Amino acid sequence: MGKSMEARRAGLLGFIVLLAAVGCSTAPVQEGPVVEPIFPASKVLDPRTHYASEVYDPWEGFNRTIYRFNYRFDRYVFLPAMNVYKAVTPDVAEKGIHNFFRNIVDVSTLINCILQGRPDTAVVTLTRIIWNTTIGLGGLINVASALDVPRPEEDFGQTLGRWGIGAGPYLVLPIVGPSSVRGAIGFGADFLMVTGIRDWAIDLKTWQSMTLTVLQSIDIRAHIPFRYYETGSAFEYDMVRWLYSTKRELDIEK
Amino acid sequence: MRRALALARVLIAFWVTAGGAAAQSYDYPFSDPYVATVVGTPKEYQAELPKQIPIEQHSISIFKDREPPEVFWYDDQLHYSYAVQDGPAPLVFLIAGTGGSYAGEKNRMMARAFYQAGFHVVSLSSPTFMNFIVAASETGVPGHAYQDAEDLYRVMERIWARLKKDVQVTDFYVTGYSLGGFNTAFVTWLDERRKVFRFKKALLINPPVRLYSSISLLDRMTQNIPGGVDNFNRFFERLMKGFSEIYKRSDQLEMGPDTLYRAYKALHLKDEQVAALIGVSFRLSSATLAFTSDVINDFGYIKPKNVHLTKNTSLDVYSRVAHRLGFTDYFHYVFYPYFKAKDPSLTRSGLIEEMSLADMEDYLRGAQKIEVMHNQDDIILQPGEIDFFRRVFGERATIYPKGGHCGNMAYRDNVAHMVGVFKQ
Repeated sequence: MGKSMEARRAGLLGFIVLLAAVGCSTAPVQEGPVVEPIFPASKVLDPRTHYASEVYDPWEGFNRTIYRFNYRFDRYVFLPAMNVYKAVTPDVAEKGIHNFFRNIVDVSTLINCILQGRPDTAVVTLTRIIWNTTIGLGGLINVASALDVPRPEEDFGQTLGRWGIGAGPYLVLPIVGPSSVRGAIGFGADFLMVTGIRDWAIDLKTWQSMTLTVLQSIDIRAHIPFRYYETGSAFEYDMVRWLYSTKRELDIEK
Repeated sequence: MRRALALARVLIAFWVTAGGAAAQSYDYPFSDPYVATVVGTPKEYQAELPKQIPIEQHSISIFKDREPPEVFWYDDQLHYSYAVQDGPAPLVFLIAGTGGSYAGEKNRMMARAFYQAGFHVVSLSSPTFMNFIVAASETGVPGHAYQDAEDLYRVMERIWARLKKDVQVTDFYVTGYSLGGFNTAFVTWLDERRKVFRFKKALLINPPVRLYSSISLLDRMTQNIPGGVDNFNRFFERLMKGFSEIYKRSDQLEMGPDTLYRAYKALHLKDEQVAALIGVSFRLSSATLAFTSDVINDFGYIKPKNVHLTKNTSLDVYSRVAHRLGFTDYFHYVFYPYFKAKDPSLTRSGLIEEMSLADMEDYLRGAQKIEVMHNQDDIILQPGEIDFFRRVFGERATIYPKGGHCGNMAYRDNVAHMVGVFKQ
């Protein structure tokens, strides 16, 4: 038992080292004399132009490896789990569960509003939480949205951005998807905050807490329409990277 | 005074409309063809269709033992979808337009319309859609009228072979929009020889007449970019900012004409910028198409020959170059040389003429089963080209006064007509 655990750990470590090694090379492989193409970059592109698509991505090989892992995880684990979840859960329950989780995320938005020094947004969010937690039966019913209370979203990554901390290199997180070093730290902080609030509020055992986290992940996935490799673009990785980075910039500016 | 004038105007307008009610009852809302193309049909003008139909997504291997290029490893199988009725029913194949996916907005709208009308529906991607090029194109050089028809026909046969165990079909039909409409004509022509489906009817929706004319028009639209094509990146950056706004709310992330409506609304564009936006959206398609074809055949068009792209290769620079080149560049530097190498007697102008509905004009003139639905102000046609349809199809061509390129497809009258053609 202990041995297999250790073996597994060693395996995981090996996997990470392997990823790092395999993931390093973003160079293509030459298979013969390389001939200049009809439209080489040197002729078509002006080196003085700044390209909007330039996102700092020094770990691209690693990121692309994780991107592929995410596709497979999505295809063989996440999406099937989501489909089972959708099939066995009545729509009303699905909605209630979704609202419940979003209400907890609202609490973390509230904390981030305070950290960012945004009293207006904080008040709006607090109003939401109060409506939804009381009349909305602990968050199961989204009363606030029915009353047209807006739903701002502020996470810890944005908070760090507001504090003037740069995004750092682009980073594709396993399962979670596109991020940056700053985004990853933010994600970790928010995750601890959300699970902390949740487990404190409803007093959970470890296995219950873990089950809820899995359920919450499935719920989040069910509300993201993106599917890997279905954009029809040969440059999907680049586009997603660009979209993610631009969107985050806009979120922070907002 | 002002008020009186306004009242008079209303009265005159009323009188004119009442008088010409029969002729003017087509009240699709946009008369600017560029806006129509981008905005499409606002919800209140759309035909009422079921929100959900039992649509299933599937994948199929078309060429056994064929490996996709390593960098496109994920496109080893062709994706498609179908929705089938319970009992025996007619089956309609839908073919998407340039760079369009089987699951794009227009295909999904048509699937709902035909399913509601009692048809089995099989939705196919355009032969110019990346997944199709990699998984189902024999040459990997898409855009050839006859070759694309061969590829599509093969795909249809394979999908039908799978379906026929469980699905009872009374008759077969085929339709497509834009380039898919053009493909439909050639697929129907091919079917007269192969006789696998014996299509009862075919409907071409907003097809080009000559491919080269239409791609030239589309390439030129990027010249409407504020500050010229050198400002492509700036314009693009602005667009991407708009897209990322949409991305948050969007129900899919497909880069192509379907994204336009949301972009248009998010960006508050001026008229000439709308044209630029159409150009850019087709540029996204041409960039992927040309690069994919280049990689599959190792042409040395954008990617140097003998350079093998791995799963991890950074595509940044290729992407930038690809987005600077248009469909016509692809035609002259990839498409023509490829087919010239196969047939040395081929000339450039000969190939341009061959990739045209006019090339099979005699057949189209006599093919009673083929109908056309088009718009007088379609922006992918050169001035006067619309008359080709009147001349060749006569009564079988229904030409609406407005709608731009496919902008009115979801409009009530158009959906009713679309279904009506196959219901006759």
